Amino acid sequence: MLLIPCPYCGPRPEIEFAYGGEAHVVRAADPRQVDDAGWTEFLYFRNNPRGDHAERWRHAFGCGRFFNVKRNTYTDQIEASYRIGETRP
Amino acid sequence: MTQAFRRAKGGRIDRSRTLSFSFDGKSYAGHPGDTLASALLANGVHLVGRSFKYHRPRGILTAGSEEPNALVGVGRDDAHYTPNLRAPQVELYDGLVSESQNRSPSLTRDYAAINDVFWRFIPSGFYYKTFMWPKKAWTKFFEPRIREMAGLGRSPKTPDAARYAQRFAHCDVLVVGAGPAGIAAALSAAKTGARVILCDEQAEPGGALLAEPDAMIDGVSAAQWLQGALAQLAAHKNVRVLPRTIAFGYFPHNLIGLAQSLTDHEGERDDAKPRGRLWQVRAGEVIIAAGAIERPLVFPDNDRPGIMLAEAARIYLERYGVLPGQRALIFTAHDGAYRTALALHRAGCEIAGIVDLRPKADGPWVEAARQAGLEVHAAATVTATRGRLRLTGATIAPIKGGSAIEVACDTLLMSGGFTPSVHLFSQSRGKLVFDATLDAFLPGAPAEACRVVGSAAGLASLQEALESGAEAGGGGTRHQAANAPVAQGGFIGVVPYHGDPGAVRAFLDYQNDVTAKDVMLALREGMQSVEHVKRFTTNGMASDQGKLSNMNALAIMSAVLHKPVPAIGTTTFRMPYTPVPFGYFAGYARGELFEPARRTAIDGWAAAQGAVFEDVGLWKRARYFPRGAEDMHKAVARECAAVRQGVGIFDASTLGKIEVVGPDAAEFLNRMYINAWTKLAPGKLRYGILLREDGFIIDDGVIGRISDTRFHVTTTTGGAARVLGMMEDYLQTEFPELNVWLTSTTEQYAVIAVQGPKARAVVAPLVEGADLSAEALPHMSMVECRVAGVPARLFRVSFTGELGFEINVPADYGQAVWEALMACGQPHGITPYGTETMHVLRAEKGYIIVGQETDGTVTPDDVGYGGMIGKAKPDFVGKRALARKAFAAQTNRKQLVGLLTDDPALLLDEGAQIVADPTQPKPMTMLGHITSSYWSETLGRSIALALLRDGRARTGERLHVPQHDGTARVTVVSPVFYDPEGARLNG
Ligand SMILES: [Zn+2]
Repeated sequence: MLLIPCPYCGPRPEIEFAYGGEAHVVRAADPRQVDDAGWTEFLYFRNNPRGDHAERWRHAFGCGRFFNVKRNTYTDQIEASYRIGETRP
Repeated sequence: MTQAFRRAKGGRIDRSRTLSFSFDGKSYAGHPGDTLASALLANGVHLVGRSFKYHRPRGILTAGSEEPNALVGVGRDDAHYTPNLRAPQVELYDGLVSESQNRSPSLTRDYAAINDVFWRFIPSGFYYKTFMWPKKAWTKFFEPRIREMAGLGRSPKTPDAARYAQRFAHCDVLVVGAGPAGIAAALSAAKTGARVILCDEQAEPGGALLAEPDAMIDGVSAAQWLQGALAQLAAHKNVRVLPRTIAFGYFPHNLIGLAQSLTDHEGERDDAKPRGRLWQVRAGEVIIAAGAIERPLVFPDNDRPGIMLAEAARIYLERYGVLPGQRALIFTAHDGAYRTALALHRAGCEIAGIVDLRPKADGPWVEAARQAGLEVHAAATVTATRGRLRLTGATIAPIKGGSAIEVACDTLLMSGGFTPSVHLFSQSRGKLVFDATLDAFLPGAPAEACRVVGSAAGLASLQEALESGAEAGGGGTRHQAANAPVAQGGFIGVVPYHGDPGAVRAFLDYQNDVTAKDVMLALREGMQSVEHVKRFTTNGMASDQGKLSNMNALAIMSAVLHKPVPAIGTTTFRMPYTPVPFGYFAGYARGELFEPARRTAIDGWAAAQGAVFEDVGLWKRARYFPRGAEDMHKAVARECAAVRQGVGIFDASTLGKIEVVGPDAAEFLNRMYINAWTKLAPGKLRYGILLREDGFIIDDGVIGRISDTRFHVTTTTGGAARVLGMMEDYLQTEFPELNVWLTSTTEQYAVIAVQGPKARAVVAPLVEGADLSAEALPHMSMVECRVAGVPARLFRVSFTGELGFEINVPADYGQAVWEALMACGQPHGITPYGTETMHVLRAEKGYIIVGQETDGTVTPDDVGYGGMIGKAKPDFVGKRALARKAFAAQTNRKQLVGLLTDDPALLLDEGAQIVADPTQPKPMTMLGHITSSYWSETLGRSIALALLRDGRARTGERLHVPQHDGTARVTVVSPVFYDPEGARLNG
């Protein structure tokens, strides 16, 4: 069970969180401007790296906030956690 | 009841008390401090089990948790029975009842031992090949036979009488293993003021120090030093010592799973006390001091009762005062076995000789043995053993060939050296590095904050163990060991053998009955990867996890494949390190506590009325309210008729509810739901549909506008949490500029639906502050008022197609308002109805249930709701996906339709497929499937909803539905079976 540092509450056990998929997948401000291929990419295509991965977590059974985590998918070590809107470290 | 092999003195047992225990129905005696294994050995019992596959007689091999043979069932009755316990780990208590496993009818006469005669015909992988043909033989013959033969212990049939506790803990330093290195580490860490947990799998902390009569530490005997160190640790308020506690798993971020046995050793245990406790410890740093495990030597018939590991025999002697036999042959490649030989010799056990594999047997230990008059055969090997239920002799031969000699012995003590216990470190994903001088994998670069000390790190001497522990603890403590000479040596692989290796069996993995020949066969069959060999042969599987077998198997692979061991690699060590009873993991989550049941405010009333409940998620919902001897069919027919003709009352409290509040609340809903919300006036309701971003329906529900800035959103019962999570996601991450707050109010409101032509007559007398007339409160509108004196949000809404109200009141008043409505409805024949009737009534109206008519691939248009989409809206979740050309190009999507069977009494199977021609060849072209199917009392016939390719264009078509009992003929109709004009709900 991971120990996830919530930027609002501090480190908490994984059972308090819900996984939210890859981070920084941008939903276009005006989806009408995106072509079909672009929208398909947005809907279905995600990175699946062995190594560093920026991903979203929600502190579902805590403050309820979404935030981003940089985690190594091989070692599970978490390098950073940061708020939505902040740039990836 | 004589303990013929118990010495008069020595060891850590209490001879002043005698304990009585039984094994396979026979009574024996032992003492406090004994394990089941030491007590059996004291009574001269070696034969304790039959092997897994060949049913060969097996004896006690080890003195620890790595024991592969002496697996026993313990417990006074079925409710207290635990199978597959390792006898060296079972603490003896008075009245202990134990039995051997995997034998029928008895250990000495086991019918399945026929497998041992036919062993040539059941090599590794035989089950992958043999049982492939003929097909039917598998289920009829092979499977039942294998099930009967497979496995070791028997599962108890009665629920476990024990209860189990669970605890979370945090510490700065967790030390695993309380041998010399672990104790030194804990003492050192404690000195820094750190919070320390020290755990050890044995009843008594001390590890190797518990069988250490010679060594001195810090000027006192090892036993005295141990006593002092434990007293010191006990005095530290920051230190917790957990005996009988196995660190079974290393999870990410330094979370360690510990299983602590609490009452197993107490005899007739008190079921009120927890039997064991599962700890989840989050440690700043983990110090692994797990020790090392002695390796067996792989030689022909190395598994007879009486054959034991050399260090184990020394432990039985020093710690329990037990001799393994009368005449022992030593077979070794390591100095440690000489220490055993000398100790046994001093204790009066005859030594039949020491067979040393090493070409030059020398050094202080060998010298000492020779001086004691023990015969040493250097550069020699054991080529055969004899004896069926107990060893009677062995054959010794020089490695280089030459004349063999026969020796008589009832005991053979072997040592191939020691394998560092790297299981936990490997579980932590730390890298293992092969050390060619030690022939062992050692901990390399760690992946977590952990260190490995003592013999687990490959350190052989007591001094190094103490030093490495003290250093890891960080407290700057020092210790000095004396009179503890290093024992060296080791061997991996199959010992040299000149005969036909195919004709003998040399066991590698005792627990899984894997021989050296099996590994060679796997390699011949083309397996190259260590993981494949493991699965083909089952070597190192199950609870063994390679403790005894791993290095010898790797060495065989290395020799056959002509690759060095590190190039072969090693298999992954899986958790748990040793088996942990399921009860530890279940903990408190049993029976009622397994899953929390959610109950509405009206649940008690419904139960008192004899309602039959169904589970909907975690909710308990009243399914129907039978009267007298009614079955579900009769009750539902009566409830349906009551709603259509009079009035019914229904508990809708489980509906998800979300309060959406803020200046941008309407804009937020515009972006979430397909519908338009800006122009919905306060006091009005609208049926909303929510899509995922991919355009498919995920939820629906009626939404009321309370004010300009406040909406009362309802969701499906099962979707409440998912919808709130999704809304929060978009609000926090995509639309953070919107000023909106979301609050779950599901459990704040009880929701009572009153439905039927007489609904107004029932509700109106209880309402204060609102006019319920059709003009003042038309269908799909709402008002805040009081009902039965309780503040309420009164919705004029219908999921039945009848005139209806849904009354939202604070949950605490739910039952009071319900009872007031029942009283008021009495003259009108008000009838409580359950979810089954609700389903029938909504199906008659063609209303969908998300998750029943939809399956995650259904769009609004597919279910005929395309017209609800707010066309003017620039964006909502799912809009862009629906605009993709791929959707537009699809002309044959499945659409919601109604189906009527030719035979009005025939009920279609939900999930059944629809075909145009039932005589077409298989596989048939499937046009769609049945989503809902009910008996409609209102219409006096069956009805069904279905998703059908191009369904709306097929209205009137006649199709077929193959069922489990024949093919039904159906006609495609509108999904609205009843009152299509909606006159009734507008009444
Ligand atoms: Zn938080």
